[in-house]
Amino acid sequence: MSTDGGAVLAALETVRDPELDEPITRLGFVASCTVSAAGDARVRLRLPTYFCAPNFAFLMVADAYDAVSGVPGIRHAEIVLDGHFASDTINTGVAAQAGFVHTFAGEAVAELDRLRADFLRKAVLAGTDLVCRPLLAAGTAIGELAALTLGEVPPSPELDRLRRRRSELGLPAGDADPLLIDPATGAAVGVDALPLHLRRARATRVGIEANAGICRGMLRVRYDTRGEGET
Amino acid sequence: MYEKDGERYFVVDTHMHYWNAAPDNWVEGAEQYAKGWIECFYGYHGLGPEDTRWPMDKYQKYSEEDLMRDVFDAGHVDVAIFQPTDLREWYKEGFNTTERDATLFEKHPGRFILNTRWDPRDGDDGLKTLRHNVERWGCKGVKLYTAEWRQGSRGWKLTDPEAYRYLEACQELGIRNIHAHKGPTIWPLDKDAFDMSDIDHAATDFPGLNFIVEHSGIPRIDDFCYMATQEPNVYAGLSVVVGALMHARPRFFARCMGELLFWVGEDKMTFGSDYAIWEPKWQVEGFVDWDYPPGAEFDDYPRVTVASRKKMLGLNAARLYDIEVPVECRLAPQQGTPAARDDSVAVTAESPSA
Repeated sequence: MSTDGGAVLAALETVRDPELDEPITRLGFVASCTVSAAGDARVRLRLPTYFCAPNFAFLMVADAYDAVSGVPGIRHAEIVLDGHFASDTINTGVAAQAGFVHTFAGEAVAELDRLRADFLRKAVLAGTDLVCRPLLAAGTAIGELAALTLGEVPPSPELDRLRRRRSELGLPAGDADPLLIDPATGAAVGVDALPLHLRRARATRVGIEANAGICRGMLRVRYDTRGEGET
Repeated sequence: MYEKDGERYFVVDTHMHYWNAAPDNWVEGAEQYAKGWIECFYGYHGLGPEDTRWPMDKYQKYSEEDLMRDVFDAGHVDVAIFQPTDLREWYKEGFNTTERDATLFEKHPGRFILNTRWDPRDGDDGLKTLRHNVERWGCKGVKLYTAEWRQGSRGWKLTDPEAYRYLEACQELGIRNIHAHKGPTIWPLDKDAFDMSDIDHAATDFPGLNFIVEHSGIPRIDDFCYMATQEPNVYAGLSVVVGALMHARPRFFARCMGELLFWVGEDKMTFGSDYAIWEPKWQVEGFVDWDYPPGAEFDDYPRVTVASRKKMLGLNAARLYDIEVPVECRLAPQQGTPAARDDSVAVTAESPSA
């Protein structure tokens, strides 16, 4: 069975920058992506700076390895991160499937699940702003918002994404579950706490989007080529 | 001083540098880090207006003449504050050291305030150096870079017991302003290096010190807002916020400013150019002209006035550093008190030393 580059790129589309909550393809982080007739995939990744945080860099390389390895017909996946201070360490560690603690022996005490969950919670908060802001603009009162369930919110890609992020965290994401929950505990947010909760949701979204803007700008300064699947 | 539409703005640039990142200053065996560091800075540089960009060789090492012209003659700055970053693992004589900054500080009296730095991993020797620097140059502030590499260590936290010894020494020596800057690494590497809870703890434990969080915590501006809004002695340093966003991403800039103005307040935000990452001229001029763009998304952010801009551009920092402000640049009494500790939304009269 042969596999084309499109299937591998589609797999990379599922890999997100955990801080920016966007696919690494759209961010321009995939410098190249090729597949041989025999099913050997070679992916080169790049980041906006030489000193991007090594833990997030590791997560993206490891996730890319898992995603590409899982594509039917792929015999071998080679993921190479270019131009990072820890490139060699990360590339070797991911290829050996050594995990973060072993890859950075002596410098790390735990795997990155907690870090990933912390940033998923931010994605839930930011997604809450994306879903709620149009509802408020359309005249939904704060009290009505607090009573809404996910199933009562008009369908949108933003709502789908919010539900997926909540599911990933193990938070309630069914039709009958409340739209507004505390992303740490899953408890519903009451009317009194709602104004501040919405303010926090917006600040979180502003932070993530501003970072994404800076990262895209710096990537453009560093590399004058477009990434595979960059938008 | 900058004058526009009859208003006079006293400008304090609270965050600038005089660095040497030229190849002859790279440490043998660490060249890739020295090169990577200045290239990373150069990436930020590219977010400024095109006609303000420098070639890499000048960017690696600019002259005293460049700095004096860009900051004071062209840049409208009245007083500039040096914020040293040593990086001696990668740069032979250091990147932007207290000693290098001191050459200009001594040569141009009244132009600069010289901050120094410390690193808790330097132990007793570092405390001696700190004491010496304060005696010699009258330092009233320090720049702390928590992601500095040192003999295999990738960084430190303000809550480390050794760091508390240094913070106690700061109090004793009359250093009041702690400029904290988070970087991409720290021990252990599995933690979020940009997390600011250590600054939060230190700010609570040292209510007499002011903690100016550089770059307003970017890339954690949201976490910074929630933290700063509850602490009377935490301030937002605007360097990078202005430089990286005002020109390149004006709508994100407006939203970041809106968030900071809401959570932290105009009395607790201080302008910094981060020169030579960006020249101050376009930043000062753009900041004075800046307002929210049209759009409902900005409607519930606090409004910005001439007085707000005056505070952020210089009057807040002048208060933190006891800089004499010319009478014509001061605010009228009804325009508020620069650097007031109780400006943040969640700081109350019950907060310690608000």
